[in-house]
Amino acid sequence: MTVAIDRATGKRHGDRAPRPGPGSRLKYAYQKHWYAYAMIIPVVVVLGVLVLYPLVYGLYLTLTDADSLNTARTIGVNHIDATYKFIGLDNYKDILFGPTSYDRFWSHFIWTIVWTGLCVALHYTVGLSLALLLNQKLRARTLYRLILILPWAVPTFVTVFGWRFMLADGGIINSALHSLHLPQPDWLESTFWQRFAAIMVNTWCGVPFMMVSLLGGLQSIDASLYEAAEMDGASPWQRFRYVTLPGLRSVSSTVVLLGVIWTFNQFAVIFLLFGNTAPDAQILVTWSYFLGFGQQPREFAQSAAYGILLLAILIVFTSFYRRWLNRNDQQLAI
Amino acid sequence: MSTTTPERTRRRGELSRAGTLGSHGILIVASLIALFPIAWLVFLSLGPDSDDYLHPAGIWKKMTFDNYSFVLQHTGFFDWLKSSLIVSLGTTVIGVTIAASTGYAVSRMRFPGYRKFMWVLLVTQMFPIAVLIVPMYQILADLQLIDSYLGLILVYCSTAVPYCAWLLKGYFDTIPFEIDEAGRVDGLNPFGTFLRLILPLAKPGLAVAAFYSFLTAFGEVAFASTFMLSDTKYTFAVGLQTFVSEHDAQRNLMAATAVLIAIPVAAFFYLVQKNLVTGLTAGGTKG
Repeated sequence: MTVAIDRATGKRHGDRAPRPGPGSRLKYAYQKHWYAYAMIIPVVVVLGVLVLYPLVYGLYLTLTDADSLNTARTIGVNHIDATYKFIGLDNYKDILFGPTSYDRFWSHFIWTIVWTGLCVALHYTVGLSLALLLNQKLRARTLYRLILILPWAVPTFVTVFGWRFMLADGGIINSALHSLHLPQPDWLESTFWQRFAAIMVNTWCGVPFMMVSLLGGLQSIDASLYEAAEMDGASPWQRFRYVTLPGLRSVSSTVVLLGVIWTFNQFAVIFLLFGNTAPDAQILVTWSYFLGFGQQPREFAQSAAYGILLLAILIVFTSFYRRWLNRNDQQLAI
Repeated sequence: MSTTTPERTRRRGELSRAGTLGSHGILIVASLIALFPIAWLVFLSLGPDSDDYLHPAGIWKKMTFDNYSFVLQHTGFFDWLKSSLIVSLGTTVIGVTIAASTGYAVSRMRFPGYRKFMWVLLVTQMFPIAVLIVPMYQILADLQLIDSYLGLILVYCSTAVPYCAWLLKGYFDTIPFEIDEAGRVDGLNPFGTFLRLILPLAKPGLAVAAFYSFLTAFGEVAFASTFMLSDTKYTFAVGLQTFVSEHDAQRNLMAATAVLIAIPVAAFFYLVQKNLVTGLTAGGTKG
């Protein structure tokens, strides 16, 4: 019996069977690969039922005018049938080009891009700096490492409440600023400071993951490369530029992609920090949640349409990112 | 890095005095920033009044554990604990069980459709909650699964399963292929190899995947807030919000609850943290 264990060769398409005739080729492929298909079948089924079906259903909803007033629902013992109707691409047209499109979609879109860019940049630079510091021969570096991953260890929904106490009007941060005779921003009220606070809190939450991943990457760089660079008289900056950064490439490209996806979809930080009080600090994800579940009537179709748009943005981004990585001959670790 | 300029007498990797001081300085500041919000939460949880967070200095004089005993005795704490555990453990068990064989298959076998399948797994990782929440809500409502543990578990499985498959692939990649070959030579088929040789070796990886999906389900906010309606079925993420209503914010109780949740989770986290990242970036750090 043929057994389908190949070494990962790094080649694009694995190995191809030799080519006798189409019939026996099919038979050969079946014999060779049925194990693989049998083993992935559970996940395929789960993804089909739990992801694909809701996705298709959601896609259909975006083409209707469904809201909480016209969908099927049960009030007491009475069952009311759905009365929403098919309206084609009107939702998308309305979101992207309608009269309120700037207030509702584009302003949130711009803020989401800024939010994602700034957060990931901060996560990466702070995480890399800390990783570089921790990668030195230092006393107590294990202790530092343990303390520095604390923000990651505590569930986000807990820490965000901690931050809310600190950022509140008479909270510790403003008291501290007051005693230093500095202005005290109204963190949880004005749009600019809300955004500032959100980025700050999210950075605090996200740095540990970057730091630990990049530290793992740093430790896997061959020490002899640094020795060779030092022999050749490379300055610390040159060693960083020509040994460290290239050595980190594949880890970096992976964590940056994950960081972008996670930050773009970051729900808990903004939702729990502001609730419904900050329409202008909402990113697209929380805004879409607000449309679907934070108001009456609930606009299911609009909310779902936002969801599809968000997914489309991420898929386009990821495709370009992967193409760009391939062009630069880098690999994604995942 | 300018502080680490090498001097002639030092060996490679050792720092100058200034470099050491500078590094310690930055790390200490960073540690304080990392520690402070949590420490502050713990401190506030000891103040008995709900607006003590505005006058923290007063807490020193009247420090008490009253908040904790109140939370444990008079709030839904244990209901929330039960819900959180049921939902998170359910998700974990289903996620890891289903994902394990897939992780193995994508780690070892290159079958036609492999790249597309990996791409699908990646794409499901980036589903914004907004994509699934409305249709899921409708479907669960049709199935009468709103406000049920099973409903929430199913919803979480939509992210946990592909997630676990990724994590486990990373871990299986680190197990030498020679073991599979040895199994093959001894006449095992791939299922046998997987069950008898690889799974036992992959226990640490399975533990990490389990832990990761547990934490993800435990900390999830959006679906839990939307799908759980009765307050005895709230998970912690939802229950914690009930302390703050428009009229009345019981911040002292909230702080105490937050600490009660955070401490066991963080302790658990520290036990496995060394292995945590390898799952996600194993392939990357190897290269």
